[in-house]
Amino acid sequence: MIAYILRSLAQAVMVMLAVALLAFSMFRFVGDPVANMVGQEASVKEREELAERLGLNKPFPIQFANYVTDMARGEFGMSYRQGRPVADLLRERAPATIELAFLSSLFALVFGIALGVYAAINRRGILANLAMSISLIGVSLPTFLIGIGMIYLFAVELRWLPSFGRGDVVRLGWWSTGLLTESGRKSLIMPVLTLGLFQMTLIMRLVRAEMLEALRTDYVKFARARGIPERAISFRHALRNTMIPVVTIAGLQFGAVIAFAIVTETVFQWPGLGALFIQAVQYVDIPVMAAYLMFVAFVFVVVNLAVDLIYFAVDPRLRGTTVAAK
Amino acid sequence: MRAPTPTRATFSERLWKAWDSDVAYSFRHSPVAILATLVALILLLSAVLAPWIAPQNAFDAASLNLMEGFTKPGEASPITGKVFWLGTDSQGRDVFSAILYGSRISLLVGFASVIFSVAIGVSLGLLAGYTGGRTDALIMRVADIQLSFPAILIALLVFGVARGLIAPQYHEQAAVAVLIVAIGLSNWASYARTVRGSTLVEKNKDYVMSARVMGRSPLAIMGRHVLPNVTGPVLVIATINLALAIIAESTLSFLGVGVPPTQASLGTLIRIGQQFLFSGEWWILFYPALDLVLLALSINLLGDWLRDALNPKLR
Amino acid sequence: MHWSMTRLTFALGAALALSITAADARPVKWARGADALTLDPHSQNEGPTIAFSNQVYEALTTRDNANKLIPALAVSWKLADPTTWEFKLRQNVKFHNGDPFTADDVVFSYNRALQPTSDYKGYLAGVKEIVKVDDYTVQVKTTGPNPLVADNLTSVFIMSKKWSEANNTTKVQDFKNKEENFAVRNANGTGPFSLVSREPDVKTVLKRNDAYWGRGEVPLEITELTLVPIKQDATRVAALLSGEMDVVQDVPVQDIERLKNAPKMRVTEGPENRTIFFGFDVGSPELASSDVKGKNPFKDVRVREAVSLSLNRTAIQRVVMRGQAVPAGTIAPPFVNGYKKEFDANAGAADVAKAKSLMAAAGYPNGFSISLHCPNDRYLNDEAICQAAVGMMGQIGLKVNMISQSKSLHFPVLQNVKSDFYMLGWGVPTYDSDYIFSFLYHTREGTRGGWNATRYSNPEVDKLIQSLSSETDKPKRDATIAQIWDKLRPEHLYAAIHHQMLAHAMKNDIEVPVRPDNIIFFKQVAFKKS
Repeated sequence: MIAYILRSLAQAVMVMLAVALLAFSMFRFVGDPVANMVGQEASVKEREELAERLGLNKPFPIQFANYVTDMARGEFGMSYRQGRPVADLLRERAPATIELAFLSSLFALVFGIALGVYAAINRRGILANLAMSISLIGVSLPTFLIGIGMIYLFAVELRWLPSFGRGDVVRLGWWSTGLLTESGRKSLIMPVLTLGLFQMTLIMRLVRAEMLEALRTDYVKFARARGIPERAISFRHALRNTMIPVVTIAGLQFGAVIAFAIVTETVFQWPGLGALFIQAVQYVDIPVMAAYLMFVAFVFVVVNLAVDLIYFAVDPRLRGTTVAAK
Repeated sequence: MRAPTPTRATFSERLWKAWDSDVAYSFRHSPVAILATLVALILLLSAVLAPWIAPQNAFDAASLNLMEGFTKPGEASPITGKVFWLGTDSQGRDVFSAILYGSRISLLVGFASVIFSVAIGVSLGLLAGYTGGRTDALIMRVADIQLSFPAILIALLVFGVARGLIAPQYHEQAAVAVLIVAIGLSNWASYARTVRGSTLVEKNKDYVMSARVMGRSPLAIMGRHVLPNVTGPVLVIATINLALAIIAESTLSFLGVGVPPTQASLGTLIRIGQQFLFSGEWWILFYPALDLVLLALSINLLGDWLRDALNPKLR
Repeated sequence: MHWSMTRLTFALGAALALSITAADARPVKWARGADALTLDPHSQNEGPTIAFSNQVYEALTTRDNANKLIPALAVSWKLADPTTWEFKLRQNVKFHNGDPFTADDVVFSYNRALQPTSDYKGYLAGVKEIVKVDDYTVQVKTTGPNPLVADNLTSVFIMSKKWSEANNTTKVQDFKNKEENFAVRNANGTGPFSLVSREPDVKTVLKRNDAYWGRGEVPLEITELTLVPIKQDATRVAALLSGEMDVVQDVPVQDIERLKNAPKMRVTEGPENRTIFFGFDVGSPELASSDVKGKNPFKDVRVREAVSLSLNRTAIQRVVMRGQAVPAGTIAPPFVNGYKKEFDANAGAADVAKAKSLMAAAGYPNGFSISLHCPNDRYLNDEAICQAAVGMMGQIGLKVNMISQSKSLHFPVLQNVKSDFYMLGWGVPTYDSDYIFSFLYHTREGTRGGWNATRYSNPEVDKLIQSLSSETDKPKRDATIAQIWDKLRPEHLYAAIHHQMLAHAMKNDIEVPVRPDNIIFFKQVAFKKS
């Protein structure tokens, strides 16, 4: 068991290091870090001093090691564009994105599972087919179009919801949340729906496919033959087995959701990490891009680890003394 | 005595065989698939033939007449009297022509990036499956990472890096190429996985070993045997990825990091149109958006049908 | 519209409640297309930044809504001797942190504004030194007699010397090198509002300065003022229509009609003292972004004139600006001293035939390629204007590659003189041609030429420009101004496009007039009863 956990941890660290290498290479080789930090009128002496301070004259592996240790300490360098420490920017913007991503994933999970189960059980029903068709459209509609459409309908025409921003947020320590104010909650509705729609359709289709598979298996046929009511079969047997792959995938998607938030945040002017990243791309603000990359990698790795551990706890096959090749 | 050489089927015989096959049968009997293909074909053809059927060259800024701007669909411009079916945008560009040229770019980027992904994915998959060991593990790890990072993020990263490396005056010209590479690099892993799986199966077969003994490159031989097997799944993935690539390009253009307004793709047109949506000039956003959605939808439907048709379990 | 009984009662109740509280003070949300670039009042001489600074900081003089020069932190001024202006300062004024305002602060602030990294030194061109006479009297000594010193000071804001020294911000922020100091995100002025919080590109919150010296003279009914930058035009207008915002200062031209017809909305319009134009690099031996090797096509005045002739300004006015612009022939807005009506005559129509023949005569019958730097979030429809111009210039053979970016990337390019061909807009807060000459035509040196990215340098013209700062005889001075314009206009160093017009939109319990300097003095807002 320890071996399993250690192996998962080791893989996590490897992934982080690989991404860090990518981030560092971007920082070092895209553009000139010195030129980006001092600009035009600095003298040659000032540039050399900065290069010394950044450690740019040391051999590559040492520079990389310094970079990684700096990051581990929370030092992400200075934003080229704003001249402020990137760590501060991250801290300011992260709550907005995390709150949005979390709520969207929740929405997608709850509705995706519900609709998927419904569609699987009532396979031939009109409503089910309608849901599936809508899901197809959900996959074909780019997120930003959904966002624009929603703003047009709900903010401009109907005036029910605010058209941009987070509304009033409440600060709790360094966190800020919009859930505690009415304007904050109202502001959350459209972005959460927009971001979650794609996820929801994915989960819905997955759940439906998995349940259909499960409903076709032998043990279900047996259960039916034994006279167990259909409902019990659906929920107690089929659904349970569907849950594991579904929750796994949904969990793994959380990192993706954080990145998908880029588009949603741009459309709704949501002050989160995604909007920050887009600005960084437009300004070629490498330190911010690198930091964002590390953040997403971190989320991905943590979730992966959690899923691995959950799998370990749930799947008895993995707990055996023989380590099966995965 | 020599064994009789098997004769190759004639072209018409193979054509009939294709028509009569299971896949074609299910196609002919699925109205959705037929409709989707029809729509996709119309959109594709109109994009390819754009320079001939479009009333105006939407990419030639000098040919536009600014005074014709903001003409409503179907109405005549109050200044020059020309009628524009779908109206004109803020620069006097005919929306119909703009869509045709725009979908040209969108499809170009879509197809090119898919071909790029397939090329990378298949090669890496073959390599991984054949070489095994460390290379295999490394390639598959990278593939895993690519699969979990959304395409948008990877594409944005590549784009951002390219922007830093290319001087600003070349940004416009390089935009399409950078987009193709960016989107292509964000979608290759599924092909790699599939091909690797197939390669692993083939690797241990006799013909591979005998090829090695004979001194021929087993890789080439395997290619000949692996590739036909993976054509089906790769095609399914490619179709679905085509829709994703088109949406990815439009998203990047919408965000302002894609194709510039002078060579507007559908995404760029939507970005421009958004400013005027709420002011009442809805057609500048609506028609490009409609075109985009129809394109993505029809390709998605095709991909869906293809996957079901080629899935042996559902036959 | 179907109004159910409940909705009707609700609406009536709300209206009743509103009408009771309408006249009371309340917070106001203020939306603009882009944020203030910095809070350091001497760093960036840029419209939205100045408009913001004017809420928190003040200068010795200011202009009222009729463009007349009036006292602000100075109560009176007079000539002590031909080269010395003496200002008597207002007493009993305090900075937001309680520091008393004295002559020391004026001396400190003006010296700070003269630093090399300050973008405001142009306002103090011709100033030799600033001397404190006593706690409430300051003398500004000029190199030669200068009648316009007081006019030039309306945007040079006063900071507290004590506060700046305590917070290590005696040096002005070097914006183009992305430096940051305490004043960039903190502010301490004498103005009607004080800073509560600043989140760049998200929102900046100000609260009413109850100890403001002008409390009795202006309504000052706004209790809290929040600046919210909303980059996307449609979102900005939607935010106003939905009630989230109270005032939108930059109304996109395509929404003016719609807002005029919207219920409970008010739109105010007026001309701005700003001209939008293109600048040419006429000094470099070769243009980096052009395919012409070995020489600089913009050095030839015929090429420059051809570009100007190719622009169909009437089309731009009608279609891109929807009427919210006045075609311009020269970069002087009509308000400015020295402007003549003939400057803008025949500016509307393009003359493509003549332009083409000029290009051919200059040796470029097939044109050439060039890159155009364009901002996309500063001037009204800046990017759209550039795009339209690209099409028009294409007709005379110029293949223009547009580099469109945010003002915070665009302006440093100009300030570092790295552009071959660019768009710029210039407002004239002093209402005198000297301001245009000093910043845009004078050789780039010392306090002058800070925004002259054309590399134009003509010592003869420089001398004439400098003489304006010390000429007190008005007719003579005006004659010199006319002489300078007559020399510069045929050179076509800039291709003027149009003079901008502005519109503000707001909820109808607020009335904010349009000022030619595009500044809203929120202290003047008195809520109207509905």
